[in-house]
Amino acid sequence: MNLIVNAQPREVTAQTLADALSELGFTGPAIATALNGQFVPREARQTTSLKSGDQLEVLAPMQGG
Amino acid sequence: MRVYGTEVSSRLLLGTAQYPSPKVLAEAITASGCEIITVSLRRETADGSGAGFWDLLRDTGTRILPNTAGCHSVQEAVTTAQMAREVFGTNWIKLEVIGHSDTLQPDVFGLVEAARILCADGFEVFPYTTDDLVVGEKLVEAGCELLMPWGAPIGSGQGLRNPDALRAMRAHFPDIPLIVDAGIGRPSDAAQAMELGIDAVLLNTAVAKAGDPVAMARAMALGIEAGRMGHMAEPMEPRDMAVPSTPLLGLAELG
Repeated sequence: MNLIVNAQPREVTAQTLADALSELGFTGPAIATALNGQFVPREARQTTSLKSGDQLEVLAPMQGG
Repeated sequence: MRVYGTEVSSRLLLGTAQYPSPKVLAEAITASGCEIITVSLRRETADGSGAGFWDLLRDTGTRILPNTAGCHSVQEAVTTAQMAREVFGTNWIKLEVIGHSDTLQPDVFGLVEAARILCADGFEVFPYTTDDLVVGEKLVEAGCELLMPWGAPIGSGQGLRNPDALRAMRAHFPDIPLIVDAGIGRPSDAAQAMELGIDAVLLNTAVAKAGDPVAMARAMALGIEAGRMGHMAEPMEPRDMAVPSTPLLGLAELG
């Protein structure tokens, strides 16, 4: 299915958020996820199903003021 | 100073953005003696650069204050705060809800609404706000235990544009920790804030964009310390006229 991942169109075969993260290479521990603007906690990634067109944000620590 | 039950001895909070290199950032943090640093969340890249930065931060031994910088709506700020809590493992959040892209002025209406949601959800909110007293009251009502009024627009380095308003804020909120956040350009600006009775200063660009960020980090720490000591020592009131400091008694007649 097609997803929008960090504003980029991506295609995945995964059906869950956890599997999509692995497939997309987001394997580091220091990430947080939001699906369609809603925070998805780490423990809910396995049970969160995806559908085509979903917007996924994968954020990580960065410099900030 | 106590912030949300945590005792901190340094009254400088330092931002981590815009440094020439991660090495300079780490040295500036050490030179400043700060115990709290601010960080953000941004889109992870394919090379996992966020993890490397996170490792560097942890090595500094400082406490992390994540921000919601760049958020223009309550929904964005709340979601970002929730994501930050998971990644950084802290309830602390520097809450920014930006109203204007050009001035980076807080949207105080969205700020109060987001603060109410986050405080109710167990967050310990550090709200980036203006020097408006009524907004400060609403933030305290929402559950904020401290306030972070701006000194001048973010990144402007203009110093305190309205010291009278900060003085009024100090008088109005005698028991609420006040942290001037944004606008500090020089150590004298930081010292001025502290002399007004402000509890701490949060700054970033003034250090990161200095010719020698490590030396400026130290200079800011000293300015803050001097200003704090000056405030506690109760400065004299200015006088309209000259008053000789050397005794007149015993002055020789030589003319």
